Amino acid sequence: MDRNANRRAALAAALAVGVFAAQPAAHAAWEPTKPVEFVVPAGTGGGADQMARFVQGMVAKHNLMKQPLIVVNKSGGAGAEGFLEVKGARGDPHKIIITLSNLFTTPLATGVPFNWKDLTPVAMLALDEFVLWVNAESPYKTTADYVNALRAGNPGQYKMAGTGSKQEDQIITVALEKFVGKKMTYVPFKGGGDVAVQLVGKHVDSTVNNPIEAIAHWRSGALRPLCVFDSQPMPYPAKVTATMSWQDIPTCKSAGLDVEYVMLRGIFMASGVSQEQVDFYIDLFKKVRALPEWKKYTEDAAFNTTFMTGREYVDWVAKTENRHRELMQEAGFLAK
Amino acid sequence: MEDIGNLMQGFAVALTWQNLLFMLVGILLGVLIGVLPGLGGANGVAILLPLTFTMSPTSAIIMLSCIYWGALFGGAITSILFNIPGEPWSVATTFDGYPMAQQGRAGEAMTAAFTSSFVGAFIAVLVITFLAPLVARFALKFGPPEYFAVQFLTFCSFIGMSREPAAKTIASMMIGFALAAVGLDIVTGQLRMTFGHMQLLQGFDFLIAVIGLFGLGEILITMEEGLAFKGAKGKINLKVVLETWKKLPRFWMTSLRSCLIGCWMGITPGGATPASFMSYGMARRMSKDRDTFGKGNIEGVVAPETAAHAAGTSALLPMLTLGIPGSPTAAVLLGGLLIWGLQPGPLLFVEKKEFVWGLIASMYLGNIVGLLIVLTTVPWWAAILRIPFSIIAPVIVVICAIGAYTVHNNMFDVVMMVVFGIVGYFFKKLRYPLAPLVLALVLGDMAETAFRQSMLLSGGSVTVFWSNGLVGSIMGLALVLLCWPLVSAGLGAWRGRLRAAELAAESPRAGEP
Amino acid sequence: MDQEAQGGAAATRGGLSTRWVELIVALLICLGGAIVVFDSVRIGAKWASDGPESGYFPFLTGACLLLSGAWIAGAVLVRWKRLASSVFVEWTALKPVLEMLLPTIAFVVAIKLIGIYVASAIFIGAFMVWKGRYRWPLTVSVSLCVPVAMFLLFEVWFLVPLPKGPLENMLGY
Repeated sequence: MDRNANRRAALAAALAVGVFAAQPAAHAAWEPTKPVEFVVPAGTGGGADQMARFVQGMVAKHNLMKQPLIVVNKSGGAGAEGFLEVKGARGDPHKIIITLSNLFTTPLATGVPFNWKDLTPVAMLALDEFVLWVNAESPYKTTADYVNALRAGNPGQYKMAGTGSKQEDQIITVALEKFVGKKMTYVPFKGGGDVAVQLVGKHVDSTVNNPIEAIAHWRSGALRPLCVFDSQPMPYPAKVTATMSWQDIPTCKSAGLDVEYVMLRGIFMASGVSQEQVDFYIDLFKKVRALPEWKKYTEDAAFNTTFMTGREYVDWVAKTENRHRELMQEAGFLAK
Repeated sequence: MEDIGNLMQGFAVALTWQNLLFMLVGILLGVLIGVLPGLGGANGVAILLPLTFTMSPTSAIIMLSCIYWGALFGGAITSILFNIPGEPWSVATTFDGYPMAQQGRAGEAMTAAFTSSFVGAFIAVLVITFLAPLVARFALKFGPPEYFAVQFLTFCSFIGMSREPAAKTIASMMIGFALAAVGLDIVTGQLRMTFGHMQLLQGFDFLIAVIGLFGLGEILITMEEGLAFKGAKGKINLKVVLETWKKLPRFWMTSLRSCLIGCWMGITPGGATPASFMSYGMARRMSKDRDTFGKGNIEGVVAPETAAHAAGTSALLPMLTLGIPGSPTAAVLLGGLLIWGLQPGPLLFVEKKEFVWGLIASMYLGNIVGLLIVLTTVPWWAAILRIPFSIIAPVIVVICAIGAYTVHNNMFDVVMMVVFGIVGYFFKKLRYPLAPLVLALVLGDMAETAFRQSMLLSGGSVTVFWSNGLVGSIMGLALVLLCWPLVSAGLGAWRGRLRAAELAAESPRAGEP
Repeated sequence: MDQEAQGGAAATRGGLSTRWVELIVALLICLGGAIVVFDSVRIGAKWASDGPESGYFPFLTGACLLLSGAWIAGAVLVRWKRLASSVFVEWTALKPVLEMLLPTIAFVVAIKLIGIYVASAIFIGAFMVWKGRYRWPLTVSVSLCVPVAMFLLFEVWFLVPLPKGPLENMLGY
C-alpha cells in the first residue's frame, strides 16, 4: 500500500473539514494495519451504541482512517463481556472500547474481575448529562417544589423510573435520596426511551433521563425539566421549546439539590500498547470532534463536550471510580 | 381527508426512480439478512447507516426500512426449509412450515408465508396511515401491569394445546423459564444461577436455544433417519404460487384475527415475537381441524406470519411518535433518525411532514416490491432442498455456528448451541414438546420483569392487575382463555352425557324392528 | 408415533433402551430443578414487602421442574416392565447420528484454534468426502467457496467479525 497516497487522502479529507492542528507529524506515524474493532459494552440502540455508530459513520464518510472501523456489541453481563474482551487483548492495537458508567458499576456490583486500570485510557469523548424530569401536568414547577414534596411524603411514596439496576440512574436516585433524607421507589426499565414514556404516561413521578431520551417529550409539552446534575448549565442557548433552551435549565446544586453526576463517554484500549498507537486514536478522535456533524450531534443530544487525554483523563477516571465506590457502598450495591 | 393528501404527496416523494432503486437494494439485502441467522436486521441497518449519510434523510430511511421489510420476509425462508428460524418472530412459522416442507410443500408454505406477511404489513400500514394520532396516545396507557397482562395473555392463548404428555409439557416449559432466569436480574441487579461463571452472566439468548434445539437437533434426527431431506421432490416452479393463492382466501378469518392481534401487539408495543405465538395459538384454538396443526397445516403458517408482520410494521408507530423501539433493528433505525437530526416524537408528524409521509408511502411500495421479489425467488429456495444432504448438512452446521456466535460475539454460545442440539434430539425423540420451552424462554424474562415492576409500583399488591379497565379486561380475557380448555372439555363432557342420555332414551326404540 | 408400538420389531435389532433414556432424562430434569431451587433460596425466594424477591419465581420454576421430573420418572418406573422391549435408538441408527455429532463437536473446537473459516472448509470438505464420496474437484470447490463467500459477506461486506485463526492473521486480518 502506498502510505503517501493515503496520507494525501487523509490530508485532503482533513483540509475539507478544516482541521489543521490535528495533522499527523511528517514522519511515518503508526496506523492500523487491519480493521479496527470498536467494542460497545452495551446492546444495540443505546447511547453508547449510537455514539459508536456515529463515529463509525463519520470515519467512513470523511475517510479518516485507511482501515474500516467495525462496531461490535458485547453487552453480556452488563457489559462485562466487552470489557473482559479488551482486557484479554493485551497489546492488540486494533481494538478500542467506548465506555458508559458500567465501566465502574459492573465490576463493583457483580464482582467481575476487571478495572479500568486493566485498560489504556485514550480520551474522554464527551460527558452525558442527566436531567431531573417530571410530568408537565404535575404540580412541581421547580426543583424546590419536588424536593419539598419528597420530604413531606411517605418513604417510598414517590416513584423514580430509571434504566437498569445498580447503574447510573439508580446511583443518582440513591444520591438524591441521601440528600433529601427520604426513600423513593426505584423502578428499573430496560431502555431510556421506555423510561421517558413511563413518565409521560404518569406511571411514575420522575426520571433522570439523558437529554436525548426525553427531548421529544419535552418539546411536545409532556415533560418538564427541573434541573441538570452537572456543575454548570448546559452550554446550548438555542431554543428547544417555545420558551426554553438547554441552557435555561438550572444546575441541581443551584436549585437547592446538591447532587452532581455526569456519565463518561470515553475511549479505552487494551493494555500494553505503545504511546504511538494511543496517539493515533487521540488524533483520530480529535478529527472527529472537529467535524460540523459532531457539533450538530452533540448539540442535539446536549452533551457536555469536555475533551481530556493523558494524565488529566486518568485522574478524572480515578476520581469518578472512587465516587461510584462510595455511593454504591452506601446504597449496599457492592458485590459481596 | 388531509391524510390522503399527505399520503399522495408522500408517494410523490417516494416514487422517484432513485428511491425505487434504493427500495430494491434494501429489500434484497433484507431478504439476505433474514435468511442468514448470523445477520440480524440490526447488522444490516447498522452497516448501511454510514453509507446513507450522503443521501437525503428520506431516501436513506426508505432504504433502511426496506431492509427491515426484507428481513421480515426472509426470516420465514430458513424456518420453512431447515427448521432454523432466522429471526425470533419466525419460530412459530416452523411449527407448520417445516412439516409442510417435509411433505414436499415447501413452495406452498413459502408462498403462504410471504403472502400473509404482505397482508399483515399492508393492513398495519393502513392503520398507521389513518389512525396514527389516535393510536399513538394509546401506548402511553401501558405501564408495567399492562405489559404483564399482555404477556400473560400470550401464554394463556398458547398453552393448553399440547398433544404431548402433560408432565413433559410442564417440564419443558419450566426449563424455558429456568433458562430465562439465568444471568443478571434486571430488577435487582443480582446474579442468578451463574455459580461464579462469567460466561453465564449474559444468560441464554433464545436464538441460541432455538438454533440448537430446532436446527441442529433436526439435522441429528435426519441423520438417524437416513442421509436425505424429506420433501426434496417438491414442485419448483412458479405455478405453485398461483395454486397456493387459490387456497388462501379460505383463511380470511384467521388473517383478519392475526392482523388485529399483530397491530395491537405492535402498537402497545408487545412486539412481533409474542404476536406470532399468540396468533398461532388463537388460530389453532379457533380452527375446525386443530389436530392437523403442527403437522403441516397451512393455516399454521398464515397466522404467525400475518401477525408478525402486522406487529413489526405497526411497531414503527410507537417508534416514530414516542421514541420506543420495538426491536434491536428498530433501535438502530431510531439511532439513524437521531444522527440525521430527526427527533422521533409527537412533533415529528408535524415538523417533518415530508419525511414521515414519504416513509409511510415507502411502506406501501416497499411491501409490494418486496412481495414481488420474494415470490419470484420461491422456486430457487425450494430447489435448495434438492442439494444432497451430505453437502448441505455441514453447511447448515456452519451457518448455525455463525448464527450462534453473532448473537453475543461469543464462542461460549456456539458450545451451548451444540448442547441445545443434543438436548433437542433427545427431547424430540422422547416427545417433550419444544414450543413451550421456547415460548417460556422468550417471554419468561419479560413477564417476570413486568410483574416485579408492577409490584414495585403498587407496593406489593397484586390488585394492581385489576386496577383499571384496560389491564383488568386483558387479564380477564387471559383467564378466560386459560380456562377455555377446561370449559370446553366440561361442555364436551356435558354434551356427551346429554347425548348418551338421549341415546339411552332412544335405544329401546332403536331396538325395535 | 408411539415408541412402544415400534419397540417389538426393533428389539430384535438391539439399541439404546427407551426406559433407561427416559429415566435418566427425567432424573437430569430433577437435578436441574434441585440446582435452580438451591440457587434461588440462596438469593432469597420470599415475597418481600415490595413484591417477590429475585429468587421467588425461579424457586417456583425449580420446584415445578423437580416435581415434573419426578412425575415422569415415576411414570417410567410404573411401566418399567412394559417398556422393556422399547428401543430409543437402534445401534445402527445411532452410528450416523454420532457421525454427525462428533465432527460437529470437533468443528466447534477447531473454530477456537484455527478460526471459523479454515475450520468450515475442512469440516465441509471432510464430510463431503466421508459421507458423500464426492470427487475431489467438487469437494474442493464447495469447501473453498462456502468459507470464501462467508468471509466476503461477513468480514468485508457487513463488517461482522467472526473468530479468526493464524491463517487470517497471516493474511493481515
